[in-house]
Amino acid sequence: MHNSSQPRTDAPSAASEPVIEVRGLAKEYRVFDKPEGLMASVTGLFNRKSRVVEALRGVDLRVEKGEFVAMLGPNGAGKTTFLKLLSGIITPTRGSATVLGSVPWERTDDFRRRFALVMGQRNQLWWDLPAAESFRLHKEIYRIDTPRFERTRDELVDLLDVRKLLLRPVRDLSLGERMKLELVAALLHEPEVLFLDEPTIGLDVVAQHALHRFLAHVQAERQMTVILTTHYMKDVAALCKRLVVVTQGSILYDGSLEQIVDRFTSHKIVTLDLDAPPDRAAIDRLGFPCEIRGPQVILRIDRTRIADVLPGILRGQGVRDVSVEDVPLEEIVAEMFRSGSTAGTDGATGAPR
Amino acid sequence: MTAAASHSPPSGFLARRLQALRVWWTMLVICLEERLVYRGDFVLGTLMRFLPIVTQVFLWTAVFGATSTGSIAGYSRNDIVAYYLLTMVSRAFSSMPGLASGIARSIRDGSIKKYLVQPVDYVGYLLAARIAHKLVYYAVATLPFAGVFLFCREYFPPIPDWTTIGAFVLSLVLSFLLGFFMEATLGMLGFWFLEVSSIVFAYMLVQYMLSGHMFPLDMLRGIPTGVAGVSVADVVRFLPFEYTAYFPAAVWLGKVQGAELVRSLLVEAAWVGVMIVACRIAWWRGTRRYSAFGG
Repeated sequence: MHNSSQPRTDAPSAASEPVIEVRGLAKEYRVFDKPEGLMASVTGLFNRKSRVVEALRGVDLRVEKGEFVAMLGPNGAGKTTFLKLLSGIITPTRGSATVLGSVPWERTDDFRRRFALVMGQRNQLWWDLPAAESFRLHKEIYRIDTPRFERTRDELVDLLDVRKLLLRPVRDLSLGERMKLELVAALLHEPEVLFLDEPTIGLDVVAQHALHRFLAHVQAERQMTVILTTHYMKDVAALCKRLVVVTQGSILYDGSLEQIVDRFTSHKIVTLDLDAPPDRAAIDRLGFPCEIRGPQVILRIDRTRIADVLPGILRGQGVRDVSVEDVPLEEIVAEMFRSGSTAGTDGATGAPR
Repeated sequence: MTAAASHSPPSGFLARRLQALRVWWTMLVICLEERLVYRGDFVLGTLMRFLPIVTQVFLWTAVFGATSTGSIAGYSRNDIVAYYLLTMVSRAFSSMPGLASGIARSIRDGSIKKYLVQPVDYVGYLLAARIAHKLVYYAVATLPFAGVFLFCREYFPPIPDWTTIGAFVLSLVLSFLLGFFMEATLGMLGFWFLEVSSIVFAYMLVQYMLSGHMFPLDMLRGIPTGVAGVSVADVVRFLPFEYTAYFPAAVWLGKVQGAELVRSLLVEAAWVGVMIVACRIAWWRGTRRYSAFGG
């Protein structure tokens, strides 16, 4: 269910068929707990204790053509499970999904030619061979005709500035270089849908930036539909208008990056730079939660009251500078992660239970 | 640009087959390149394989020295040496080092996912990789093989007629396919069991005894099964194992001829067919299980 109260700025047309449509998608795993100790291991041979883990609990999502969606969540939230379901690696316990009109886990060749999955640490490139060889294989597997293959490859390679790496065995490349070539391999057949599972994990800032620029460019140019999972707010801020926050297998929030701030915080952060370290009691009298760092005072003030109280504060002694900011996204999301599923009830969309 | 439009599938059955063959050929070439990366290790491994044959020759020389008959189950000492050298040729086609364990490993560590996501046939890829493996192996091993055969030429009967040579070659090609599909099927048990190495080990043991790799299977002729008139050899003949070592050697040595040769080749081909189907079923059911339980 896509909550219709969520205005979606980047959907090209509400009437068009969604590229990805997911309803009540759930995945349960049976895991076997192995108790500690040798005796327990022996008894475990005959009587294994299993329990069911809900990796995904009835998720609904609708993604239109050309959307770039970020899925944010802590480890074990179900992000990777979700991408595995959408790319047909696993079958769901309940629910349905269509991607480009196909049921992913039927794994038809037609469907598999139209999307790509990049999993951060797993490589589709041949370890001992130069990437150019893997590209050549992709050309055949995905039936790309030669002129198109060469054009696409050259374009992608130049965008990422990796031409000189093409002939070097992949095992000799750095993680960042490998990731770039993985992306080229994934995009050679011009997939309509791209799933990226933590593409920036382990990369340095420069490499992260390069990937961000590249992904933003290619996505915009090709009008590709992209779902990206990540831990990093930087990825989200750089790439996506739409943010889906997942914890414990449910969607907590689905909407625009800006709205999450409005929806989940009631206050702004007001930072005052003073001439000298202030008197604690005087600050406390203002009646707002505060933090004092030397001559700096950080106040959390209710958004609706900012206009009323700020002039009074500024008239006070020795205020040199002031800034009013939203609560950092990291903090909001971290708070959402912490509160976990309980926040789902008052969350934006919240998956139905 | 709409990607869908440019992905027009080739029309017609033949065109699709040709396309599949092209993919497969590219895979073969790339697998060959990959194999050549490790050529040094490969040469050493290949040459080491010649050591066991030397101990076999010594062993059987001692066995024949201790008996006065000069013939065991219709084999003279020379026949035995020739037999062992020929089973080495059979095994060069039918043995699949690392195939089953490699499949099981890729299931365990998740690299199998790649073949679920890409429009590519995993078994076809494995076959291409194995043919590449074998081609490089033959390139390296042909010379030492030729040397050994030349050195041992007096142990061999005269070179057989063309029909026999043809049957020999056919039996080798079938033994490659049989060995491949048996081990690939075995490896796919990895979808059900975390570790297949003990299963592979048990298989190797049975294979070693019943393929004729350990001794010529004619020696089982005298061993009764309990059913009147049926020896162990009669049973083993209908199992797939002997086709991976004994059978090609026996063909070259002229021990299987005429109608029996035709019948045996048909049995071998039937086993290849059975194992191809078994392998497909294992893949199909295995991936379904993988999708349902893990991934």
